[in-house]
Amino acid sequence: MDLITFGVQLLNAIQYGMVLFLVASGLTLVFGILGVINLAHGAFYMLGAYLAYWIAAVTGNFLIAMLAGVAIAFAVGLLLENVFIRRLYGRDHLAQVLLSFGLILVIDEVREMLFGKDVHAVAPPAWLAGSIQLTDNLSYPVYRLAICVFCLAIALLIFVVITRTKIGMIVRAGAENREMIRVLGINYDSVNRYVFAIGIALAALGGIVIAPISTVFPGMGDGMLILSFVVVVLGGIGSVAGAAIGALLIGLTDTLGKVFFPSVSGILIYLLMALVLLWRPNGILGRREV
Amino acid sequence: MSRAALKPWLLAAMCLAAAIALPFWVPTYYTQFASKALIIGMLAMALNLAVGQGGLVSLCHAAFFGLAGYVLALTSPKYDAASLLLTLPLAVLASALAALLIGALALRTRGVYFIMVTLAFGEMLYFFFHDTGVAGGSDGAFINVKPVIGIAGHQLLDLDRPLAFYFLVLGFTVAVIAILTMLARSPFGHALAAARANERRARSLGFPIFRIRLIAFTISGALAGVSGYLAAVQFGFVAPEMLGWHQSATVLVMVLIGGLQTVTGPLLGALVLIGLEEVLKANLAQWKLAEGLIVIAIVLALPNGVRQLWPMLVGPRKPQPAAPKAAPEAGHG
Repeated sequence: MDLITFGVQLLNAIQYGMVLFLVASGLTLVFGILGVINLAHGAFYMLGAYLAYWIAAVTGNFLIAMLAGVAIAFAVGLLLENVFIRRLYGRDHLAQVLLSFGLILVIDEVREMLFGKDVHAVAPPAWLAGSIQLTDNLSYPVYRLAICVFCLAIALLIFVVITRTKIGMIVRAGAENREMIRVLGINYDSVNRYVFAIGIALAALGGIVIAPISTVFPGMGDGMLILSFVVVVLGGIGSVAGAAIGALLIGLTDTLGKVFFPSVSGILIYLLMALVLLWRPNGILGRREV
Repeated sequence: MSRAALKPWLLAAMCLAAAIALPFWVPTYYTQFASKALIIGMLAMALNLAVGQGGLVSLCHAAFFGLAGYVLALTSPKYDAASLLLTLPLAVLASALAALLIGALALRTRGVYFIMVTLAFGEMLYFFFHDTGVAGGSDGAFINVKPVIGIAGHQLLDLDRPLAFYFLVLGFTVAVIAILTMLARSPFGHALAAARANERRARSLGFPIFRIRLIAFTISGALAGVSGYLAAVQFGFVAPEMLGWHQSATVLVMVLIGGLQTVTGPLLGALVLIGLEEVLKANLAQWKLAEGLIVIAIVLALPNGVRQLWPMLVGPRKPQPAAPKAAPEAGHG
C-alpha cells in the first residue's frame, strides 16, 4: 500500500465519519434530551436519500432537493412527535423500541408505495463534480471534501447552539430536570417537539448528502442505524461531542478495516465497541446513569 | 395445590390435547404452519426469560436462534443425514456460549445501553455469516438431508414427515414450557425477578446480580438455540437474515403482545402475530403497513403492559387450540 492510496482512504474514512456523525448526533439528541430510543432513525436516513433522489429528479437541482428534503423530514418529525412519540416520554424502553419498530414497518411500506423498491443514483451538483488536486499526485473528489466541510459546519452549529444559546441552555436544563423547566414557565413540550424534529431532520440530511456518493436503496437505513447506535454507545448517550469522537473512530475503523482486513471488516467496529465498553461501560464521554 | 391453581392445569391439559389432535384434523399445510408457529413461539418464550423475568431487553436473540441453525448447516454432511442427538446439543452449546460471551460484556451496561449493545453484538454475528464465506455467505446454505434420530442404527422418527416433525416440535415446546416454569418458580427465578424489580434492594440483600442475570441470559440464549435448530430442520435452509435484528424485534413484539409476566404468554403472542401476518399477507398488498400500525396501536393502547387487557381479550374465550398453556403465572410476587 503506497502513501497516496492510504491518504485517499484516510480522507474517505474522515468523510464517512462526518456523515455518521450527522446521523448519530440526531439519534443522541433525541435520546439524550427526550429519553426516547428511536429504532426508526435509520428509516428516516433512507427516507432522506429517497426524497433527495425524487426531488432532484423532478427539479434537476440538488440544492433544492437538499433544502426541501430536510424541510419535509422536519415536518414529518413534528407530526410524528405530535401523534406518537409524545406518548412515549417516561415509558419504558421496551415500549419505545416496539413503537419505533412499528414505525419502521410503516415507513418502509410508505416508501415502497411512493418510490418503489428500485435502486437509484443521484448526481452531485455540477459545481461540486470532479476532483481536486490536493498534492502533486493526490486528487480527491470535490463532493466528498464538500461533505466534510458541510458536516463540520453543522457540528459546530449544533455545538454552539447547545452550549452558547438560551435555547441550548433550556434544552440542557430540561434534559437534567424537566420539572424545573416547567416550573420556570417555559413551554417544554414545544421544545421537545422541535428537538425530535431536528433529530429526524439530521438523519434525513445524512441520507441526502450521502445519496450522490452511494446508491439509494430500500435497506440502506439498516446499516446506518446500527452504526449510529454503535457511535452513540461509544461516545456516550446524549453527548454530541462524544458522538463526534465515536463517529470518527467508527469511520476510521470501518473504512480502513475494509482496505486492510476485508474479510473481518464487518466485525472490527463491534470489537472496538466491546473494548471501549470494557474500559468505560457508559461510553467515552458518557455520564453515569441513564 | 389449591383449587384455584388446579384450574389452569386443566386448561393446560385441554390445550395440549387440542395440540395433539390438531394435525389429524387439518391439512398438511396447517400442520407445517403450526410447527413453524410453535418454533417461533419457543423463541419468544426463551427471549421472555431475559425480558420479562430479568428485565433485560435484548435485541440479539435472533443471533442465538440463527447461530444454532448455522451449526446444523455446517455439521450436516452434504448428501447424508446428520445425527440429531449429536448436532442438537452442539448447536445449543454454541448458542449458549455466544449468549454467555455477549451477556458477560453487555451486562456490564444498564438499561438502554444494554439494548444498544445487544443490538450491536447481534449484528456482529449477522455480519460474520453475511460477509465471510462461511456457509454460503449472504446466499445462505441448504441442509439437504434432514437430521435423523437414531439409536444403534435404527431410525426412530422420520422428520421428513410433517406429522412426525410436528410432534417433535410439540414435545420440545412442552419441555421448554416446563423448564421455564420450573425456573420461574425456583429460588433462582425469584432472585432474577427481584433484581428486575429493585436492583439496589436485591443487591443489598446479597444476591450476586451479575451472575444471576448472566446465567438467565445464557439459558435464554440456549433455549433460543433449540428453536433455531428446529427452524433450520423445518426449512432445510439457513440464511444470515435469521440472525438479523428485524427478527429480534419481531420476537420482542410477540413477547409484548402475549404478556411479559407469564411463561406461555409469549407463545400465545407468537401464534397471534404469525396468524395475523398470514391473514394480512393473504389479503393485503401493503401488509407491512397494517402490521406496523397494529404494533403501534398495541404499544400505545396498553400503556401499562398487556397484562391489563389480556384477560379481557383472551380470558373469557377458550384459548388458542395450538397453545399448550402450562403455567398460570410465572411465579414472582
